[in-house]
Amino acid sequence: MPTILAVTEQRDGALRKVSLEVVSAARTLADALGAEVHALVLASGAVSGAEQLGAHGADKVLAVTHADFARYSPDGFAATVAEQGKGAAAIVFAATATGRDLAPRVAAKLGAGLATDATELAVDGGKIVATRPVYGGKALQKVRLEAAPAIVSIRPNTVPATASAKAGVMEPVAAPAFTARVTVTGIKAAASAALDVAEAPVVVSGGRGLREPEQFKLLEDLAAAFGNAAVGASRAVVDAGWREHGAQVGQTGKTVSPNLYVAVGISGAIQHLAGMRTARTIVAINRDKDAPIFKVADYGVVGDLFEILPRLTAEVKTARGD
Amino acid sequence: MKIAVCLKRVPDTTAKIAIAAGGAGIDEAGLKFVPNPYDEFALEEALKLKEAAGAGETVVYSLGGDAVQETLRTALAMGMDRAVHLQGTGSADPLEVARALAAELAGGGYDLILFGKLAVDDYNHAVGPMVAEILGLPCITAISALTIAGGTASAEREVEGGLEQVTCPLPAVLTCDKGLNSPRLPSLKGIMAAKKKPLDVKPAAVTAGRVSVVGLTLPPERKAGRIVGEGADAVPELVRLLRDEAKVL
Ligand SMILES: Cc1cc2nc3c(=O)[nH]c(=O)nc-3n(C[C@H](O)[C@H](O)[C@H](O)COP(=O)(O)OP(=O)(O)OC[C@H]3O[C@@H](n4cnc5c(N)ncnc54)[C@H](O)[C@@H]3O)c2cc1C
Ligand SMILES: Nc1ncnc2c1ncn2[C@@H]1O[C@H](COP(=O)(O)O)[C@@H](O)[C@H]1O
Repeated sequence: MPTILAVTEQRDGALRKVSLEVVSAARTLADALGAEVHALVLASGAVSGAEQLGAHGADKVLAVTHADFARYSPDGFAATVAEQGKGAAAIVFAATATGRDLAPRVAAKLGAGLATDATELAVDGGKIVATRPVYGGKALQKVRLEAAPAIVSIRPNTVPATASAKAGVMEPVAAPAFTARVTVTGIKAAASAALDVAEAPVVVSGGRGLREPEQFKLLEDLAAAFGNAAVGASRAVVDAGWREHGAQVGQTGKTVSPNLYVAVGISGAIQHLAGMRTARTIVAINRDKDAPIFKVADYGVVGDLFEILPRLTAEVKTARGD
Repeated sequence: MKIAVCLKRVPDTTAKIAIAAGGAGIDEAGLKFVPNPYDEFALEEALKLKEAAGAGETVVYSLGGDAVQETLRTALAMGMDRAVHLQGTGSADPLEVARALAAELAGGGYDLILFGKLAVDDYNHAVGPMVAEILGLPCITAISALTIAGGTASAEREVEGGLEQVTCPLPAVLTCDKGLNSPRLPSLKGIMAAKKKPLDVKPAAVTAGRVSVVGLTLPPERKAGRIVGEGADAVPELVRLLRDEAKVL
């Protein structure tokens, strides 16, 4: 039976949420192609999350443990995925920092076709068709991967994690020999909250309308009220040094697809819209009723953000029962 | 220090995109093209590293039609020493682009080969690490800080919720992210000098590969939204809509 390899990611010894999306996407492809899903876990010690992988559609969980795999090892991971994926019909990655680094390496090793950052996958005539935003989200490209293995990466939050109980039988696999030339020597935790704008289900972003960096406290409070939110920013405020580069949403920043995007004091320049127009629900708060952001917003409030934000934070807290 | 930079010509990020007849590509009529913004970080880093080393050569490569020569001249005006135009059409398969670039870069004796982390037209994030695999070189992607010392590259790259610190020996391939530096603008003197710098033209064979474009469409328009109200008084209604209608609370 053909296989679809789902490449999962761990952080601090736990399975990442996006990996359930990857396994779910692999399951959908496998059902269309009459294939099995093998979820690949790379770890340095005990492997966790195997039951969850099974519950989301993995027939097998291939566990590769290696002393170097406590952190990301580009050479080691690429060698392992290529070894496990060489006979597969398809290999599915998450379009995360790790997946974006790894997928092209594996594609080059296997001489395989690659479609990155897909937001939708389908099967047409036995071949995988990926839909991917291009030109900064101003157009959607559909590409067909003509040969096996077809390699794809999916953007976080775009393919839902869905339950589909399968055996999820754990099978230990040895890592192939590799030379680690690239070494991750450490990880500095980001100064701000742990949630990344590219992955958070709710993103509250601020722009030049906040007037000064200290005022981002208002947005941090709102994010805390939502509980599952990250704070994003327009390029104008990142360039001014108010926020870190990692927080920038837009064509030269992150492309985000959260359930809810709240744009505060952001005018809605075309490069900003490129990064957030695929959010499920968009809220805009701006004192200029003609600001372009209102053209993409589902709900707009016209007025002074300094009055609106504290009230919004309080009402969101109440609505969430805190 | 001998450094190569791969540079792609892309539509300006402010450009309005229209789909060409046939529905697989964009209508290029009247579009302004610019150097890929992430490749500008690569160009700046190459120039800075050569200046710091006090010696060396910086070479810029671009694969595409004749129009890329204009983009290459911009890189020469910024200060790159020479340019190579690989004449050919691109491919939807990033591996084919990587193979064509790698064939030219192999044997160049480069200490560093720099790329952008992604091209803002195709969003592949792929060509840099693919070239590294083909050439058998170590590679660090999406770097936002870099130090070169004693034949080792030490870089930082942003990951979800933090910064990874990564090292590898030279020669190496690096792909550049925002935050690495602030790209310089070409000076008038640079623009004059660029006219006399060498720009070689070589044919490149790019085959179709394993990826075909089925179609290109504009994203669905977002449904017209509504203004809920003005000022703080609109907040209760907004929160009600978020809870009952959008169901995000
Ligand atoms: C190559 C290139 C790439 C780019 N990439 C990006 C990108 O990735 N992301 C990005 O965001 N931008 C990007 N830009 C920049 C973009 O063009 C805009 O300049 C930028 O998005 C503007 O940021 P802003 O909305 O915060 O500021 P402004 O446009 O100045 O808007 C501020 C808004 O705040 C409102 N405001 C002011 N005071 C208040 C108040 N008290 N209450 C309520 N509202 C108030 C104003 O009405 C205004 O609409 C890029 C530009 C270029 C050329
Ligand atoms: N046609 C090209 N010519 C030169 N360099 C390119 C070309 N296409 C891609 N690149 C390089 O590869 C990087 C990543 O591109 P991509 O994988 O298409 O997102 C770009 O930032 C460039 O540095």
